[in-house]
Amino acid sequence: MIEIKDLTKAFGPFVAVDRITFSVAPGEVLGFLGPNGAGKSTTMKMITGFLAPTAGTVRVFGHDVVREPLKAKQLIGYLPEGAPGYGDMTPWQFLGFIAEVRGLRGAERKQRVARVIDDVHLHEVLHQPIDTLSKGYKRRVGLAQAILHEPRVLILDEPTDGLDPNQKQEVRELIQRMRRDRIIIVSTHILEEVSAVCSRAVIIARGKVVADATPAELETRSIYHGAVTLQLDACDEAAEALRALPTVAEVRLDQAAGQVTAFPRDGADLLAEAERLSSARGWALKQIYKERGRLDDVFRRITTEEAA
Amino acid sequence: MNKLWVLFKRELSGYFATPVAYVFIVIFLMLSGAFTFFVGRLYEQGQADLSAFFVFHPWLYLFLVPAIAMRLWAEERKTGTVELLLTLPVTTAQAVLGKFLAAWAFTGIALALTFPVWLTVNYLGSPDNGAILAAYIGSFLMSGAFLAVGACISGITKSQVLAFIVSVVLCLLLVLSGFPLVTGFLSGWAPGWLIELVGSLSFYSHFQAISRGVLDLRDLLYFLSVIVFWLLANVIVIDMKKAA
Repeated sequence: MIEIKDLTKAFGPFVAVDRITFSVAPGEVLGFLGPNGAGKSTTMKMITGFLAPTAGTVRVFGHDVVREPLKAKQLIGYLPEGAPGYGDMTPWQFLGFIAEVRGLRGAERKQRVARVIDDVHLHEVLHQPIDTLSKGYKRRVGLAQAILHEPRVLILDEPTDGLDPNQKQEVRELIQRMRRDRIIIVSTHILEEVSAVCSRAVIIARGKVVADATPAELETRSIYHGAVTLQLDACDEAAEALRALPTVAEVRLDQAAGQVTAFPRDGADLLAEAERLSSARGWALKQIYKERGRLDDVFRRITTEEAA
Repeated sequence: MNKLWVLFKRELSGYFATPVAYVFIVIFLMLSGAFTFFVGRLYEQGQADLSAFFVFHPWLYLFLVPAIAMRLWAEERKTGTVELLLTLPVTTAQAVLGKFLAAWAFTGIALALTFPVWLTVNYLGSPDNGAILAAYIGSFLMSGAFLAVGACISGITKSQVLAFIVSVVLCLLLVLSGFPLVTGFLSGWAPGWLIELVGSLSFYSHFQAISRGVLDLRDLLYFLSVIVFWLLANVIVIDMKKAA
């Protein structure tokens, strides 16, 4: 359990993190979202004990990060932003060093190091200096050191930033594999990632929590939630017909794409109605679908409006 | 204790992973040789001792030790590894001490590699080897004092260049504080005890007796307390950066 209470960080007069409060339970993968400069990294640095809070507390399985730093740090695996590593060491030496500092010894140490090398596929570059590795490999080395001691808490600051789509997928799979019985906090501004891996999303803007919900709940807050889009040649006719329905709040017409999108009023189910209308009028539908909602739309609205 | 050892090992092996260590050692040996034989005129003095070798150590260390110390923290801040280091289950004191001891051991290795000078005087005559050992110990302690200053300054900044320059200036003041340059600046207005205090802080005057092979407990304690003081300051600096 991680309990964050009234966590605040001020750099001089600038308040980077402003009384943030939330808890995370084992098994949860928490997506930590927010625009650049919202205070995501600063919050993570306080959870991991790199920065001391100006006010408030962070407790990791009961251990206060400020008062019992070593006990808390032992439970945490942390991938800092940009995945820094000692450039003159090889991944092999580096992981050996981390394992030793983490107190792993003998056979256990060998086995764990071999395991993470398998997990993140480091075999090819094991004996090359970290400085010479590609961005993707550097990130993997950073992930490897974070999960080496099988921590109960895993904190990953933008783990997929700058990776190619295949590498992103690998990291997501790794997170999925690790999630059992663990607390995982992932910061990102890639919203598809949140739907893909997170069981919960906390959005912060200007240092404050502005949303805390499951990705599905967040999607329902989108104006696109329940919206029905039709693709057909007779767009104009369809737009007019849909606009006439009492359950439709608004219709958007995209001539270029040949698409009509109807937004429901009061959460009405438009799909059936649109289909009925279409067969009655004999439209040749190329496509019709109902949207779950768009996280990027919610994200934009929440982070620009509610914090203002 | 165990973690200190792990940190120490990583830091020390880090020196030898890059050419820095070898370049440093070669330059150190060349400069100390040049000072000893061309400036100190070891041969011409006709004395079988190493005072001509040791007397230049404060000046040698003044530039070379800050060059080792400048990277200790500044480099980690620049590359971001400091975030990794300080979120590992180690205390700030362990990190500070591990870095310092590794750098000190490295300086010790460079110093030990000057042994041909010692062989030379033993070949030429029969020097007081006890005095030479004492001077080596004293020189090693003084290098630790220089290092501790440099390590603390390195903790303040991200820039290695800045760390180097500030450390050199600070060390220069510490070396010279017994010299008229510094005491003269104070003598017009400062009380006598202050001038004496500043004068007593001089690396140079504490090393003078040592370089002749006289190992006074007070001089040893002086250098040890300088080391402890600056290492404590280093821990405070690192912790303050966390709270900043």
